[in-house]
Amino acid sequence: MAQLKNLSSSPHVRTSHSTSHEMFNVVCALMPATFFGIYWFGFHSLLVVLVSIASAMLTEFAFDYVTHRPNTLWDCSAVVTGLILALMLPPTVPLYIPYLGSLFAILIVKCFFGGLGQNFVNPALAGRIFLLISFGTAMTNYTIDGVSSATPLAAIKAGENVSELKMFMGFASGHIGVSIAALLLGGLYLLVTGTITPEIPVSMLLSFIVFCGILGGHGFDPEFLLSQFVGGGVVLGAFFMANDPVTSPVTSKGHIVYGIFVGFLCAVFRFFSNMNDGTSYAIVVGNLVVPLIDRYIIGTPFGIGRKKGGK
Amino acid sequence: MNGNMERIYNGIVKENPTFVMMLGMCPTLAVTTSVINGIGMGLSTTAVLVVSNLVISLLRKVIPDEVRLPAFIVIVASFVTVTELLMKAYLLDLYESLGVFIPLIVVNCIILGRAEAYASKNPPLLSIFDGLGMGIGFTLSLTAISFFRELLGAGTLCGVRVMPDFYQPIDMIVRAPGAFLILGLIALVMNALSIRTRANDMVNGEPCGMCPKDCAAKGGEECEKA
Repeated sequence: MAQLKNLSSSPHVRTSHSTSHEMFNVVCALMPATFFGIYWFGFHSLLVVLVSIASAMLTEFAFDYVTHRPNTLWDCSAVVTGLILALMLPPTVPLYIPYLGSLFAILIVKCFFGGLGQNFVNPALAGRIFLLISFGTAMTNYTIDGVSSATPLAAIKAGENVSELKMFMGFASGHIGVSIAALLLGGLYLLVTGTITPEIPVSMLLSFIVFCGILGGHGFDPEFLLSQFVGGGVVLGAFFMANDPVTSPVTSKGHIVYGIFVGFLCAVFRFFSNMNDGTSYAIVVGNLVVPLIDRYIIGTPFGIGRKKGGK
Repeated sequence: MNGNMERIYNGIVKENPTFVMMLGMCPTLAVTTSVINGIGMGLSTTAVLVVSNLVISLLRKVIPDEVRLPAFIVIVASFVTVTELLMKAYLLDLYESLGVFIPLIVVNCIILGRAEAYASKNPPLLSIFDGLGMGIGFTLSLTAISFFRELLGAGTLCGVRVMPDFYQPIDMIVRAPGAFLILGLIALVMNALSIRTRANDMVNGEPCGMCPKDCAAKGGEECEKA
């Protein structure tokens, strides 16, 4: 009898996936890129990653404590936000930058809007944009071994030649999550474990490449397209930020529309703005369009529209 | 509390134009980048508000109902012009940093709102105090917002560096997003401290919101909404 009380009406949860489980998967998937960044850029980047994560967790804990909410620290979403934010920062930033960035991302973008599931844009991206607007000089200073060098994308814009293989492996200047190979490995892990569905990353990257060919001014030259693909944050954005379930559409048709739109914006911001890489802005603008997409592409209600005799 | 003091309290706390009524957002967001600008904007609005409230209240039986808005705007615009010329003559720096927002006082919702909602229905003395209260409330709000924006966004107050040397100014706070952010945070603190404003008033368990009736002050028996 006591067990019967636990029965609930349908629909029932039919999967063992939980928020903390999925978030843990994302952290695992980000590990190759993180370790590569720390190996390539040195000890200071480890500090940046740790400060960013610690600040995100501390902010979430403090907010829950002050407002008497249940402690949401162990759903790991704060860890993911802090880690993704750190991967988008230059490796030599002073440590107050990851601290303030995570604080802004968690407190203002996530907690003030109602916590996980209620944030209207991706917190990590909003944190990065906050830092870009506030501390422009520190946030665009990419230095390796004491020598400040242009990022590959800036070099391409200046008309220089770059090595795509080095960029793909990550032996280039850039933000901490610079290794495209490691990020793709992580993305593959997420796809295999079913944490993400392929619609958004695939449609976003394809549309990005197509629009790079149309808008880039070099036609569909494979080397040019490859260098655009492996430069900047478009892969990190496609696998780890654009498909954040909170800020992406509900239906899979919506996913494709959204992916194409974000990929288009990435290409536009890359070629027609004064930034070298506008992936963050593209995804945030995409996030804002999500309610509109969901309004026009409506999913089928559960249990309706099945074929007769089908399963 | 007599009627005059009640109007002043009403303007500063209960119906604070910025944090409770959310009126006059355009100057609030645009000029509060430094404390001097905030105070200057607040005081010039107060001056216009007091005088225009007085004149509109004196003329309230003369102005025909059908053309009252153009009439109000003519009166307000005359006083804004006076203020603008005075500032140009005596406070040129402030005049230049406030720029287009001085002529825009004409269309400030607070001034037209008080003319429509209060001065055109009440005797002159009360209207003066109403304008004074609203003006002081507006000035204090702008000063509070610009205080935090200048302190965090530039590390200075009234142009003098006050933050320690290691402090890195957060550029975003003095730009447009920072204005929204600081405005929202101050309103949040006011609500969290549950300061008894019009927006927080409850009668019979129903929030008063922007309901124009004044039942909460009368004990709440006559509320028709509930």
